[in-house]
Amino acid sequence: MRYLFEPGLFSSSPALHALFLSAVVAAVSAVVGVYVILRSNSFSGHALTDVATTGGAGAAFVGFAPLVGFIGGALAGAGAIEVVGRDNAQHRDTATGLVLGAATGLSALFLYLTATNSTTTGVTQQVLFGSIFSVSTATIPVAALLAILIVGVMGLIARPLTLASLSPDIARAHGVPSRRLGVIFLVCTSVSVGLSAITLGSVLSTALIIGPAATALRLSKNIWRATLASVAIGIGACWAGIVIAYDSYYWHRSSQELPVSCCVVAVIVAFYGASSALRRLRSRHV
Amino acid sequence: MSTLDVRNVALRFGDRQILDDVSFSIGAGEFTGLIGSNGVGKTTLLRAILGLQSIDAGTIVVNGETERSHRIGYVPQKISIDPETPLRARDFVALGINANRFGLRRYTSDEKARITQYLEAVGAASFADTRIGELSGGELQRILIAHALISAPSLLLLDEPLANLDPRSVQEIVALLHSVSKQFGIAVLLSAHEMNALLPVMDRIAYLTAGRCASGTTEEVVQSDVLSRLYGHHVDVLRLHGRVLVVAEPSDDVDHLPSHATLNLDE
Repeated sequence: MRYLFEPGLFSSSPALHALFLSAVVAAVSAVVGVYVILRSNSFSGHALTDVATTGGAGAAFVGFAPLVGFIGGALAGAGAIEVVGRDNAQHRDTATGLVLGAATGLSALFLYLTATNSTTTGVTQQVLFGSIFSVSTATIPVAALLAILIVGVMGLIARPLTLASLSPDIARAHGVPSRRLGVIFLVCTSVSVGLSAITLGSVLSTALIIGPAATALRLSKNIWRATLASVAIGIGACWAGIVIAYDSYYWHRSSQELPVSCCVVAVIVAFYGASSALRRLRSRHV
Repeated sequence: MSTLDVRNVALRFGDRQILDDVSFSIGAGEFTGLIGSNGVGKTTLLRAILGLQSIDAGTIVVNGETERSHRIGYVPQKISIDPETPLRARDFVALGINANRFGLRRYTSDEKARITQYLEAVGAASFADTRIGELSGGELQRILIAHALISAPSLLLLDEPLANLDPRSVQEIVALLHSVSKQFGIAVLLSAHEMNALLPVMDRIAYLTAGRCASGTTEEVVQSDVLSRLYGHHVDVLRLHGRVLVVAEPSDDVDHLPSHATLNLDE
């Protein structure tokens, strides 16, 4: 490797856009992720990404912007899980599983139709694994606005949501509308999944939501500090992943670069592994 | 005016009549035990008082109002928290300050002092900075009590707080709740399936069985004739070294079980 940052990284506008967009998206995902884990919602969080895939694939087929498809899909999925699982909380996982299966089937159909009917190449790759270097410039301000909105809403509900996540009954005794907060949070998660999907692809968007948050929760026993750490880890992982992917273009004579999402996820997993090791070391010293 | 007034409350789940005609009241600073065996409707009644459960008949008045003003502290029966949850015991107590207010907040130095004061009041100073998911049952119970108290409730409801605690913790928690009710003038309603640990501190008892309730001082209620009327068959109340045992009369039916009642494994 000749340089840490290969020539042109900071003068390439797709690369700069990618750095900006990924930072925005990582920040939202990291904040939402802390509460996804606190509420033990990882499974339904993941299911939302599968439904987002359906939305993204559908959007590709009809010719809508991917972000619209991803967020629309996730919101529809959240609604379906909420309605099917409402009657019986114990059946929530079953409901989630059913929605997930149906959605994945539809994704297969849309992707097949799009791939056979159009000249667009690589649509499957784009929907499933993302294409952060080729996100349209029009999408970036929309994504940034949504990100600010979601972080704002999370700031408003964070405190009562924390209590409602630990004990809905204690929260309700204080007059906290636990149920409605849950729905608001599900909407935030859906939008965050959509944003994450345009960055890493729908299939890997869970990694950006769960990974940094899970790492941060191991490092700090204070939820506010854990949230900040989660944001830092998310942004750090995205940037490191983008730089690695960009640099990888020069590694081989074939001039093939590694997919960004693969690099980002690798960094996230490495962070998580390091936090586990750190935690084990710490507990040995106590 | 009493802090809590439960009047002729009835409640059914489908075909099952859970509460039939339950009435009792608690005054400010009074410690009341809600005593009854498992499944008799104690949790349901506490949830009804909180307004989390609708009732089919009767009224529940808290501080003179039928609408809930949320000045009720609540310690639920079972709460399991993941050990990795990023909240210290101290943070959980802090969440009790204006818990239903939206938005982030920084605690003022007054509030920080109050948090420490309540942690000390429940004897939790030594584990205030431990992750809440890593606390033992007795420690968590103290934190839940401090969380409930910091919102300055006039009424504190505790659902089986003594279940699953070792005898020493039981004594400590009971003494703590007693001193809290006197010190802050809070009406305490504590549910338990066993009354003996509470006998030294109970001002009043609400004895719940078969959907009905007898209430009054322990001396008034824990009597053979009162409880026999409540149960609908004869029970004896035995007092032994300051403890109380409620025992049913051995039933004649047991000796005269029809022979086909024996289990036949061949069939």
